[in-house]
Amino acid sequence: MPDLLAARSQMAVSLIFHIVFAAIGIAMPLLMVIAEWRWQRTGDEGYLTLAKRWGRGTAILFAVGAVSGTVLSFELGLLWPRFMGYAGAIIGMPFSLEGFAFFTEAVFLGVYLYGWGKVSPRAHLLSGVAVAVSGMLSGIFVVIANAWMNTPAGFTLVNGVPTDIRPFAAMANPHAFPQTLHMTLAAYAATGFAVAGIHALFLRRDPNNGFHRKACGIALAVGAVTAVLQPLSGDIMAKAVARNQPVKLAAFEGHFETRRGAPLHIGGWPDEGAGVTRWALEVPRGLSLLAFNDPDAEVRGLNDFPRENWPPVAIVHLAFQLMVACGTVMALVGLWSVWRRWRYRSGWPSSRRFLLAVAVAAPLGFIAIEAGWIVTEVGRQPWIIYGIMRTREAVTPMPGLIVPFLTFTVLYLLLGGMTAWLIWRQVIASPSGTYHA
Amino acid sequence: MPELVAGLMAGALILYALLGGADYGGGVWDLLATGPRAREQRRLIADAIAPVWEANHVWLILVLVVLFTAFPPAFAAIGTALHIPLTLMLIGVVLRGTAFTFRHYDDQHDQVQRRWGLVFSIASIITPILLGVAVGAVVSGNIRSPEAGGSFVLPWLAPFPFAVGLLALALFAFLAAVFLTVEAHERELANDFRLRAIWAGVAVFLTAGLALLLARRGAPMIWEHLLTGRWAVPLQVATALAAIGAFAALWIRRFRLARVLAAAQVSLILAGWATAQFPWLVVPEHTIRSAAAPDSVLQPLLVALGLGALVLAPSIYYLMRVFKGRGQRSTVNGRP
Ligand code: HDD
Ligand code: HEM
Ligand code: HEM
Repeated sequence: MPDLLAARSQMAVSLIFHIVFAAIGIAMPLLMVIAEWRWQRTGDEGYLTLAKRWGRGTAILFAVGAVSGTVLSFELGLLWPRFMGYAGAIIGMPFSLEGFAFFTEAVFLGVYLYGWGKVSPRAHLLSGVAVAVSGMLSGIFVVIANAWMNTPAGFTLVNGVPTDIRPFAAMANPHAFPQTLHMTLAAYAATGFAVAGIHALFLRRDPNNGFHRKACGIALAVGAVTAVLQPLSGDIMAKAVARNQPVKLAAFEGHFETRRGAPLHIGGWPDEGAGVTRWALEVPRGLSLLAFNDPDAEVRGLNDFPRENWPPVAIVHLAFQLMVACGTVMALVGLWSVWRRWRYRSGWPSSRRFLLAVAVAAPLGFIAIEAGWIVTEVGRQPWIIYGIMRTREAVTPMPGLIVPFLTFTVLYLLLGGMTAWLIWRQVIASPSGTYHA
Repeated sequence: MPELVAGLMAGALILYALLGGADYGGGVWDLLATGPRAREQRRLIADAIAPVWEANHVWLILVLVVLFTAFPPAFAAIGTALHIPLTLMLIGVVLRGTAFTFRHYDDQHDQVQRRWGLVFSIASIITPILLGVAVGAVVSGNIRSPEAGGSFVLPWLAPFPFAVGLLALALFAFLAAVFLTVEAHERELANDFRLRAIWAGVAVFLTAGLALLLARRGAPMIWEHLLTGRWAVPLQVATALAAIGAFAALWIRRFRLARVLAAAQVSLILAGWATAQFPWLVVPEHTIRSAAAPDSVLQPLLVALGLGALVLAPSIYYLMRVFKGRGQRSTVNGRP
């Protein structure tokens, strides 16, 4: 395995692992706080049990998120020293702000988890709110750094050297808003659906279990609203890509020939050699309409760009299709939940078919998150900083990178397995009886 | 301005050593828990670490982030030359944090718990050593860019960096033992850690001597600055006084005083190292000035750090007051 490929793979494995915990770290505190707030409002002990149970899960997952995030911060320097040497000063600001968001998150999570009975109920709930807010902010700050890699801004290039660096202008890059919006919604949608789906399975077996009903209700409320909004934010995102990264858009769509009134490809397999996308369902003028709000707009195809600037088209196209497919299903289930909630009030979860749909949708959010990041990151290739620095120029000269790549892969596989097992035993299983707070 | 940022970075590193370091030291004492109160010792350590270790850990991330924002070429040089020890350290970080959490939340079967505990405590020993190795290599003067024929192994695979690693381990274990004397509410338990603190203090003394001895050949520039720098003598006198004071306070069981003095001692050792390294960041290729980002980056960074501190200081004060304040009894049943 060439070193560049090993480095890219190690980065991919680390991020694919971290993002799961990061998304949970963004959204889970919100669920926890809602449950505690319901308890304080209604006095129903079931909500308290739920808040504690979710808090325990968050504690386990947060620890894994924190250590895998630390690994990532170091890996930026260990794998991509030339990228960091070049860009560190420009994108350091969001990372520094993120550092403080981590602090408040970790501090108040400590108070939240270990402070039951030590601080007043109000202070306890507020600590939970602080965790939820700073979790969201940490996500936003890192994604801003990533957006800069897609649409670099805030500096002037003089003979290949970045000068006149303006850190806040770099943060206000064109993809910052669409990406942070899309990712933040994604975290709530994915976590909400995953949690709701697990409890929906229990409800199918035991329809009158109040614990699972409360849990499913809160999680689904958060998941459904955000899942319905997600395609809208995805559309904003896609339009930004069409403006700023035309090659990437062409790769998403498997769109080879520049033309007006370009069709949208659904599914299909882009054949890079032949320059066509086979077996796709074509929606006439769909791409022009979606990308530029104009059915006759011209969309540039891959053939307009030098071959060496193409990302791996097939991966990007398939990952994009996968994400959109997941997003569509989630939005439909989301709409269905909103409708049932409005129609049946508290009787909303009674239909077994509906609960099955929620359970089936449970993993889709996380699949979409992984697929979406593959679209973004693989679609940016061969650039690490779009249009400015190539990934191969950024990699460390260190030889033998396959060793750390394999080491971290094995480590993360083990860790993922242990975490899943522990969450199963400590948080999900034994809904009654043996629970000891 | 670059010096100010570098100073803040050194300050954050000292805080990491004091707070995060003590959490690693806790792992050392977990492994070495012996005697009739071994279980109680482990429980005390776990209760002391659990609510705070994640917050303490963020200091390391802050140091890293400030390093790559303010001194990007230095970060790149360190990431390149120290790839191997830093990667190993990361594995330690991952295992320490997760094993600790898993032990805490897993069912209390002794068998499983002991296995997690073992992973936790071994990782707590290896990680500080590797951190010290990295620091030792940075000051050794042997890190060269790959273009200048720099090696990926020679800068750190040498006696001096490993002596610094042992020193780091001894310092962290010392801090942890002193802090635990205050956290323990039973007299015998406090005594256990008092004894451990005294032994660890001796280990600090020995490893510091060893590092200094090896510095003469392993890190000549630091050695010279440590002996002849303008701040060298006052700092060393202050360190010695703090060390003697900490010993005395332990001896007469003034544990709160010992905690303050031990923290002062460790801070002074690190401050002494930082001043000896001045003005270099990575000896000998990057100084603070040569590696610094332009002022248009440092200025907003300083503002951000200032504002961040305004949020952070009260939060951390609150955390410490809730869990480490006077009259705070360690939780009885452990898990929340
Ligand atoms: C702020 C930085 C940042 C952020 C937030 C992300 N990435 Fe990224 N990613 C990088 C910074 C980066 C990088 C260090 O810059 C890499 C290395 C090579 C490259 O082009 O970008 C990279 C590469 C990279 C690759 C390899 C692409 C290729 O070389 O073909 C994958 C699959 C991912 N990332 C996946 C992800 C996932 C799943 C993310 C969700 C958390 C993610 N990235 C967020
Ligand atoms: C290169 C990319 C990334 C780096 C360097 C990075 C770094 C880190 C670090 C150092 C931590 C630990 C903080 C602590 O100790 O509490 C962390 C946790 C976290 N990260 Fe990342 N991260 C990256 C990608 C992401 C992405 C893409 C997201 C989300 C959109 C994200 C969101 C979070 C959140 C919410 C946490 C809090 C911990 C948790 O809840 O699990 N991170 N990250
Ligand atoms: C169905 C509608 C959706 C559309 C049209 C859509 C569109 C997009 C587009 C165009 C990108 C590429 C951004 C880039 O290249 O920088 C993207 C990325 C991404 N998508 Fe989606 N998406 C949808 C649904 C979802 C859902 C449901 C999730 C997860 C719950 C999700 C998660 C992500 C993530 C995590 C990224 C990468 C991060 C980012 O660029 O912000 N998407 N999406």
